[in-house]
Amino acid sequence: MEDLIIDNNTIQEEEYIINMGPQHPSTHGVLRFKVSLKGETVLNVQPHCGYIHRGIEKMCERLTYPQIIHLTDRMDYLSAHINNEAVCLLVENALQIEVPERVKYVRTILSELTRLASHQLWWCAFGMDLGALTTYFYGLRDREPILDIFEETTGARLLQSYNTPGGLMNDIHPNFIKRVKDYIVYFRKKLPEYDELLTGNVILQERTNDIGFLTLEDAISYGVTGPSGRASGFACDVRKHHPYSAYDKVDFKEILYTKGDTFHRYKARVEEMWESLKIIEQLIDNIPDGDFTVKMKPIIRLPEGEYYQRVEAARGEFGVYILSRGEKYPYRAKFRSPNFSNLSAINLLSAGHKIADLVAISGSLDLVIPDIDR
Amino acid sequence: MNNEQLKEKISSIDPTINITEGPQYLTLSVAPEHLSKTASMLKTNPDLAFDYLFCLTGNDLEDACSVVYHLESIQHRHTIVIHLKTASRENAVLETVSNIWKTADFHEREVFDLVGINFTNHPDMRRIFLDEEDWVGYPLRKDYTDNNIVTR
Repeated sequence: MEDLIIDNNTIQEEEYIINMGPQHPSTHGVLRFKVSLKGETVLNVQPHCGYIHRGIEKMCERLTYPQIIHLTDRMDYLSAHINNEAVCLLVENALQIEVPERVKYVRTILSELTRLASHQLWWCAFGMDLGALTTYFYGLRDREPILDIFEETTGARLLQSYNTPGGLMNDIHPNFIKRVKDYIVYFRKKLPEYDELLTGNVILQERTNDIGFLTLEDAISYGVTGPSGRASGFACDVRKHHPYSAYDKVDFKEILYTKGDTFHRYKARVEEMWESLKIIEQLIDNIPDGDFTVKMKPIIRLPEGEYYQRVEAARGEFGVYILSRGEKYPYRAKFRSPNFSNLSAINLLSAGHKIADLVAISGSLDLVIPDIDR
Repeated sequence: MNNEQLKEKISSIDPTINITEGPQYLTLSVAPEHLSKTASMLKTNPDLAFDYLFCLTGNDLEDACSVVYHLESIQHRHTIVIHLKTASRENAVLETVSNIWKTADFHEREVFDLVGINFTNHPDMRRIFLDEEDWVGYPLRKDYTDNNIVTR
């Protein structure tokens, strides 16, 4: 029994290793951080991934393109609609199919609703990571109506697979436009509550300000994209710089900060919610009439060659690479998932900080583990 | 720079690089032994400044392995793709670019894990997803077999 009691001085002086995860609430899934510590100070963090590696890329080599769409849902399940869109855009561009304007508008609106829902869930979980349990109820309260809108139009709340190559699975529900408009009015009133409840909170300020700096050079070099990269001044918004669907028709601001600490990663996401509302507002009244899909051949074969499609998912740049040999299955499919690159910066961000800050830092990167492991 | 200017600029710096215009991006085919020289030239040249490696893919082409690098310049907003073929498929070895673009660290580990390309001078060349100690083979190789793979 006596040798189990560790002298306090040894802990302060010697380096020791603890495992955070794979079952740890703050990693939001099965991710293991192997943390070297000296006292409470983090010396080094090594992420161990792969606990839910399902071999999605290998599976894709035996699936047709419409089938692949359903697997992209299962990577970043909080950006399900956006991931679907990436595969559809890739197939459409490869076959040079022009989809109806109506499809582009609906896809953009649904993408932004997805982003809103994702950022809301991140916001409540981030508050919870730092000990503010109330945020969870606020965030989920506002996310619920979005999921209801999804359910009514797409038939599913989380994994929609509503996009198909050439358009949409079905036309939008007759209630869709009214419900989205009602929701914008509702959420414009509720979003200031987020700032009132959490942003100015002393504990959040103390725990996030000047913690986990990421410089612009490192953000670019490590490929940290999405709000996490934009908080460091990395202008990486695919919607802005390589517009797809209806993003070239809307006016919105790319939220950029220069400081790059945990608080600004937080702030970037909250501000992005306002921009998403702006985008939806500009489109919702102008959805053109027309078909919801173009007629596609029953079997889709991409011409021989390689294709790449970039989209802006809720956590950063999502990319699909397909190498086709002219068959109905891709020869090779690769997904560039934003979380995988964002995770690679975790050691850089957290070395030298206290172990409690690691929770705040990994929370501010908004990691979704199935997207890392694929 | 548009693709035409990019092509001129790159071939004026290094005329040995084979440049083809793909349907989407300009494609450079680089010999494996010239990779680090070409990569650091693409990053450091102020007119090119390819500072953002947004995708790194390993492929098994059955006669060789290949790696595809997707690069973008944040300052100039032009994009380029580098294609690289390894000399041998069984013993696929390439140089790392993780000293040039840090994101390659994880991406190369993924390629090593799933496609089986070894990157020399990589700081931490281990499997990233699969079991380091007892996983045999590289799943994304075309001849990889596993009883659990469903064939139709």
